[in-house]
Amino acid sequence: MINILKRIKSNKILVADGAMGTMLFARGLKPGEPPESINLKKTEILEEIAQAYLDAGAKIIQTNTFGASPLKLSDYGLQYKTEEINRIAVERVRKVIENKAYVSGSVGPSGKLLKPFGDTEPEDIYLSFKRQMKALINASVDLICIETMTDLNEATLAIKAAKSFSPEIPVMATMTFDETPRGFYTIMGVSIEDAIVGLQKAGADIIGSNCGNGIENMIKIAHEFNKLTILPIIIQSNAGIPEMKDGKLFYSETPEFFAEKTKELIDAGVSIIGGCCGTTPDYIRTIRKVVDNYIGKE
Amino acid sequence: MEILNQISEYLQQGDDDKVFALTKEAIEQDLNPKVILDNSLIAGMNIIGEKFKKHEIFLPDVLMSAKAMYAGLDQLKPLLASKGISGLGKVVIGTVQGDLHDIGKNLVGIMLKGAGFDVIDLGKDVPPEKFVETAKRENAKLIGMSALLTTTMTNMKKVVDLVRKDNSDIKVIIGGAPVSKEFADEIGADAYAYDAGNAVECVKELI
Repeated sequence: MINILKRIKSNKILVADGAMGTMLFARGLKPGEPPESINLKKTEILEEIAQAYLDAGAKIIQTNTFGASPLKLSDYGLQYKTEEINRIAVERVRKVIENKAYVSGSVGPSGKLLKPFGDTEPEDIYLSFKRQMKALINASVDLICIETMTDLNEATLAIKAAKSFSPEIPVMATMTFDETPRGFYTIMGVSIEDAIVGLQKAGADIIGSNCGNGIENMIKIAHEFNKLTILPIIIQSNAGIPEMKDGKLFYSETPEFFAEKTKELIDAGVSIIGGCCGTTPDYIRTIRKVVDNYIGKE
Repeated sequence: MEILNQISEYLQQGDDDKVFALTKEAIEQDLNPKVILDNSLIAGMNIIGEKFKKHEIFLPDVLMSAKAMYAGLDQLKPLLASKGISGLGKVVIGTVQGDLHDIGKNLVGIMLKGAGFDVIDLGKDVPPEKFVETAKRENAKLIGMSALLTTTMTNMKKVVDLVRKDNSDIKVIIGGAPVSKEFADEIGADAYAYDAGNAVECVKELI
């Protein structure tokens, strides 16, 4: 399969997958259970989800490894299973999608705060990420996706950990921004401009934003990225903000709304469009349709 | 009092060494510990809370100021206790069962302490019964719960139900990224706070 960075350079818009958590809970993951425990118990679920997103038209399928760094797994006493949890996640996705899509190794925050704000040493976070990257890359992921970051220092450590183990592996890095009266910032105070400069300097190949916002704010974020970077941009919106009705959760933005807005993301210069919390294969299917109609089928 | 303003200033700059030294000095000058608490630590944290609310500063700044606040508060606590001076009231907080995200909850704890409340922080992944039992045992007036996951926020209802079942007058306030005013109404909580600063306002109104 052609390297994902080359593929993007040939002016293709790639569609990524949607939420993992939403899909896992629909298949019996209990609240409080670590999502990664599925990788040790019910691996057929991993295949089901990969198949659903592949069928919906996603060309990038993420692994169920968002919280599979040893530091994060230690919350559940599972750090000693780091290699197994990451390897199995990659193998199951690969088995389903073969070379029909890219396998993207998901890497989320450590859940720890770096010194001096918290009590964790940068070296500990770096080594934790490195161990996860090694497991993912050894299992032959096509790219690494470092996501939902709010601390630029932590994102930088994660990117460097991936590149130190394999300088060739394509690395996507996304941060989560909040809208403030002075523009978009992460809760740790990172502006979009700071994020772009920092992520590029650390060696990321594709940068952007995921989570925290519905698709309308994400269009604004995409425009700002597009002004300030020549790197390919990835955007993964939430399906709006979750609301509660009759004891059940639902997300305010529908697949139809996503379809309406996807064109604007493309016009804002985004190369990879996927979904985050609350999005399902239905959302990805509508994004796929819009991309095919707007850009032309591959 | 100049020294109290200085403590507030250094607290806002996140300088814990200076806050420690100056609080010690203020105590040695025989200033009333309650006055030191109100006019330096709480005053400083109020300003920090306001600035954070307006997005003029961010989480790292708040965390550094909180460290500085504790450098002063830890010295004042025994003195306040020995004089029988109590805070604004006891509050039990925690992240709900199944949820291990505690940054937001910690922030609320910092702000409540900074506003003068006695905060009992049960940490993360707290079972519903533990919230209620602790609040009763400690004679707390309020339970504050946080959740980051849409899948764990439903555990908040269990706590509300337990409190209501007892006909207890303990108030329940909730917050966190996926939580909303509508959700608070739906599960029968007394209030929803949209951020840490707002949590302090809501708690003040409720108790």
